Amino acid sequence: MVTELTQGVYWVGVVDWAIRQFHGHELSTHRGTSYNAYLIVDEKVVLVDTVLDSFRGQLIQNISEIVDPAKIDIVVANHAEADHSSSLPAVMRHAPNATLVVSQRGKESIEGHYHQPWNFRAVKTGDKINVGENDLIFVEAHMIHWPDSMFAYLTGKNIFMTNDAFGQHYAAVFRFNDQVNREELYEEALKYYANILTPFSGPVLKKIEEVLALNLPVDVIAPSHGIIWRKDPLQIVKKYQQWAAQEPEKSAVVLYDTMWEGTRHMAEAIGQGLAAEGIPCKLFHMGVSDRNDVVAEVFKAKAIIVGSPTFNQGPLPTISPILEDLRGLKFRNKIGAAFGSYGWSGEAVEIIEKHLDLCKIQIVAEGVRAKWQPKPDDLTKCRELGQKVAQAVIA
Amino acid sequence: MDKYKCSVCGWIYDPELGDSDGGIPPGTPFEKLPDDWVCPMCGAAKDLFEKME
Repeated sequence: MVTELTQGVYWVGVVDWAIRQFHGHELSTHRGTSYNAYLIVDEKVVLVDTVLDSFRGQLIQNISEIVDPAKIDIVVANHAEADHSSSLPAVMRHAPNATLVVSQRGKESIEGHYHQPWNFRAVKTGDKINVGENDLIFVEAHMIHWPDSMFAYLTGKNIFMTNDAFGQHYAAVFRFNDQVNREELYEEALKYYANILTPFSGPVLKKIEEVLALNLPVDVIAPSHGIIWRKDPLQIVKKYQQWAAQEPEKSAVVLYDTMWEGTRHMAEAIGQGLAAEGIPCKLFHMGVSDRNDVVAEVFKAKAIIVGSPTFNQGPLPTISPILEDLRGLKFRNKIGAAFGSYGWSGEAVEIIEKHLDLCKIQIVAEGVRAKWQPKPDDLTKCRELGQKVAQAVIA
Repeated sequence: MDKYKCSVCGWIYDPELGDSDGGIPPGTPFEKLPDDWVCPMCGAAKDLFEKME
């Protein structure tokens, strides 16, 4: 199934309704995704990006609906990650004379993935390739979100093909933002930003400024996953500027795990303390919660309160994945605190506090530890912790 | 001479090696890099590098 974006430009990608885990098992994709590839038919025939290799037959069939794939002159690989590049071997077999246009870093990473002597042409920001009536202009987008990432802009049609930037893991029967549920679209766009782009918020802000300064007319922003932005396309650019500024909402999340419910009771008392001060708060049991959904909630919240019982002289292993996300995703402008129950040694709270400090999450309340099951005055201390954090959120 | 790590992508500037793509000869200390030098991996500016312990 092919969709015409505008005369001579086609979406030839694939919708993957069934995928629920991405990057191996790193990222949850509850709403599936799509791999967007674009075909430009001018004097030259250009394919921009490909699809996951298990769908390569569908891609070739889609291209064939418009043009014989052997007639492809140029293949642009904006990013070497397998969900966009792993059909390159099939495409290059069908189009053996095609030039493969990549960024300098992209040449290294595509070669590193496929070990093929393709006819590469490495481009840098500002380089133009004439395709007939219009030109393709390239913009390197280092670390949005790999060193090789690149955007391709088609003059005349005013289409920015931004690869992973502005994308969402969101399968749909429609292709465009004015055709789908706005709330779902933004939920997935935010989850994508929070889980993938947060640590690169600095480069995101700089790149957006750089691209806006070029004053190129933009009618369509066509990412490599999910929905294409054609109605008020710059809305997602403005949203990215807002997200990249990392100014959280006045809200809190409590992330905890628990063995025999002691730490859970503490988490709930902390939630009561926050609520008493009027601060919205969500509690997540990390043993049973989806890590990536929680990352999206962490992204939005000002306060991150983390609790674990002590287990083998440290936090529970099941709380560790989210601790690693707090480090790796480099959230900014967050405050936090730690808590947990214990039986005899009780190191977990201090270890979590040290970790929050490493993550540059400012600790605004002294940690609370409760021996065995929390007593009423332990729970009072937890409510007070919640109130103290709430006051710091408001301040 | 200290090594410096890019806080954006993790690339390490080793003064013993310099940065041949960026025209920086081996033996150039980080402090002597020109102000407009950028990370050869990700393009981050010099001030986004952190000294390694």
